Amino acid sequence: MNATKTQKGILGTKLGMTQVWDENNKLVPVTVIQAGPCVVTQVRSDEADGYVAVQLGFGAIDPRKVTKPLTGHFEKAGVTPRRHLVELRTADAAEYAVGQELGADTFESGQQVDVTGTTKGKGFAGVMKRHGFAGVSSSHGSHRNHRKPGSIGGCATPGRVFKGMRMAGRMGGVRQTTQNLTIHAVDADKSLLLVKGAVPGPRGGLVLVRTAAKGA
Amino acid sequence: MQRFDELDQASLKSDIPAFRAGDTVKVHVKVVEGTRSRIQVFQGVVIRRHGGGVAETFTVRKVSFGVGVERTFPVHTPIVDKIEVVTRGDVRRAKLYYLRDLRGKAAKIKEKRETPAAK
Repeated sequence: MNATKTQKGILGTKLGMTQVWDENNKLVPVTVIQAGPCVVTQVRSDEADGYVAVQLGFGAIDPRKVTKPLTGHFEKAGVTPRRHLVELRTADAAEYAVGQELGADTFESGQQVDVTGTTKGKGFAGVMKRHGFAGVSSSHGSHRNHRKPGSIGGCATPGRVFKGMRMAGRMGGVRQTTQNLTIHAVDADKSLLLVKGAVPGPRGGLVLVRTAAKGA
Repeated sequence: MQRFDELDQASLKSDIPAFRAGDTVKVHVKVVEGTRSRIQVFQGVVIRRHGGGVAETFTVRKVSFGVGVERTFPVHTPIVDKIEVVTRGDVRRAKLYYLRDLRGKAAKIKEKRETPAAK
């Protein structure tokens, strides 16, 4: 990690998906994100921390539920405790002030963003759903092995199953970033972001919207 | 999904006449050709209404030069200038897919006899 890029970011809640018409009367599928209000709880600097970043807090929490160390941390920033904290590495961190509020107007329509969230849990899933395996033929002599993975390796050589072999197991519930989504519209009054396309996570899930890492 | 009803509300149109499957409608569609835009009328029988809210659609079927043509429109799409109800049909189904297998007189839908005003 070197030469940190300048990026913007905000935490929010995924509200769900809907559709809107754009100016060319084309239907656009959008995800509505309740973005912010986020508050800057700390500014990391090269001198003090060895890297530059801003720490953002988001979401209400009962102050009694916050641990003493964290309570002190929020007190130092002079803000009420927040449920979620995230650090955003950005070159212009020094321009942020502790206690500063960020809203949906951090972004503007047309911008490319990456959206990070925790995917919906799918439970224990087979290889076809989890890894996209083709399964086994539905006929031609197949007997009770239609959704099985087939062979998982050789016999006496190597005499074991290689590590990382894709098999059935827990699927979903992991952090995922969807890159290069377009912001269709920003509603600063209601602090809503309309992002074109789908974003990871269930309705009501926490999402982090950042400037796209790739692209111009 | 009630949390952004206001957002959807902005896309909803209020001037949609009440119509259902079996009704014959004239759909005035805005057609853009290059820079000019004009209105084209698509007249036919509504064979279904599907979905709800901002995503609701309806399908209109007509037989053009012996070929069945179906067009599906979102109810609230801005490309539909106007929907005119020509006749009310008397049908017993919400989805009239059976019309696809019928030709000519068999595919005709009885017109609904207007019930006298409620007492």
